Amino acid sequence: MTVREVVRGNLSESAEAWLSAAEDTVAADPAEIRSLFPAAGRKCGRGPLESDVDVLRGWTVDDAARVVLLTKLPKDAVTAEVTDLYRYGDAAEKRAVLRGLAELSIGDGGLPLIQDALRTNDTRLVAAALGPYGSAHLDAPAYRQGVLKCVFMGIPLAGISGLAERADPELTRMLRAFAEERLAAGRAVPADVGLVVPEYSDLEA
Amino acid sequence: MRIFDPHIHMSSRTTDDYQAMYDAGVRALVEPAFWLGQPRTSVGSFTDYFDSLVGWEPFRAAQFGISHHCTIALNPKEANDPRCLPVLELLPRYLEKDRVVAVGEVGYDSMTPEEDNVFAAQLKLALDHELPVLVHTPHRDKLAGTERTLAVVRESGIAPEKVVVDHLNEVTVGLVAESGCWMGFSIYPDTKMDEDRMVAILREHGTSRVLVNSAADWGKSDPLKTAKTGAAMLAAGFTDADVDKVLWQNPVDFYGQSGRLELSDVDSEVRSEPTASFAGNSILRGPRKD
Repeated sequence: MTVREVVRGNLSESAEAWLSAAEDTVAADPAEIRSLFPAAGRKCGRGPLESDVDVLRGWTVDDAARVVLLTKLPKDAVTAEVTDLYRYGDAAEKRAVLRGLAELSIGDGGLPLIQDALRTNDTRLVAAALGPYGSAHLDAPAYRQGVLKCVFMGIPLAGISGLAERADPELTRMLRAFAEERLAAGRAVPADVGLVVPEYSDLEA
Repeated sequence: MRIFDPHIHMSSRTTDDYQAMYDAGVRALVEPAFWLGQPRTSVGSFTDYFDSLVGWEPFRAAQFGISHHCTIALNPKEANDPRCLPVLELLPRYLEKDRVVAVGEVGYDSMTPEEDNVFAAQLKLALDHELPVLVHTPHRDKLAGTERTLAVVRESGIAPEKVVVDHLNEVTVGLVAESGCWMGFSIYPDTKMDEDRMVAILREHGTSRVLVNSAADWGKSDPLKTAKTGAAMLAAGFTDADVDKVLWQNPVDFYGQSGRLELSDVDSEVRSEPTASFAGNSILRGPRKD
């Protein structure tokens, strides 16, 4: 099931009509996405997206509507428009861009946005940066730092992509060191550390 | 007492302020774009600031149970700097954001021709984006500045009920009352207006079309002046309903004209535990010690 099909089942008749017209507008004139993208939350709603699709878990309706608009950008405009939408986006728009990168033919062009998001202290953006696109494109040091930052910020690792494939001895070392630092300070070790470090896997959540 | 502060610059305030505001009853606020106390020298400085107003600051406020909205504009003081003017071209992107509930602060600082042009251009943007307008009145030559402000507003064709003229005092309130615009008052420790003078103005002009704000920023100011004005109103014999109208319903009515107020998450009684949804965020500086 595509994002487009999922979002159709989540929209009222008037919201579906708005999104459908907006898709046509963006396809005809890509620059129009600059005013349509921010308005998507008001037009389509911001509730949780109802879907059985695994990669859409945790998405909102406006996330999905915005990603649908991104997929309408022509190939020669996609990197520049997506970069600017992220640059000038509010937190919800930035999150939608981060979530949508995996749906676009953008190559490595979205990587600077992922790196920007990982530098923030906004849990919504850090979590979205470690989705399928970030997991596929970040190099090993950046991916490890991202996972460690999630544990540090309390972002559940269950929501990030690629942990089973990308966890390596160096990430295990880093998380073990983090846990030891916590214990030395008399503080609790987050249960998610146990997803990577065997000796913490029996911790109660 | 539930409070909506319609004008406060939270980017300059601490987490202690957020906590104290919540404890005093503040559940919603609007942070207008203004200058930073020292001049900006480039457009990038504006966009980073706007990004904070639509991104980081609402995130910070939410952790204290306060719903944050903002207004976006090129402020009057920096309208005079040619290095800042190109930001006008970027405003349409920001004026479409969800929590942007007005164009502001616009208006006059020194009443220059440059300020005339930028003020008029931004009133046009408000019409284009169907937003209300927050107008700052000058600290110097305030009466003449207010008269000129009202003339420009009339000429723009924007409906007066979509405009608030702010930082009023005993001398300027009458003009604005007659114009049909909303009347804004910034309650300050020493200067603009104080609680007792505010109560006297409410006695004379009534509670309609009045917005009371703390306008707290990086200068000597007090984010609890809204609550203190509410207390002064009650002490002077105004009812709880009067206080609620001035400190909550009026801001909701004015900014509600944008269609973009998000108050569904506002909890008027109980504060949500911040660690429940944002454990380990940078504001708490790492997870709390268990």
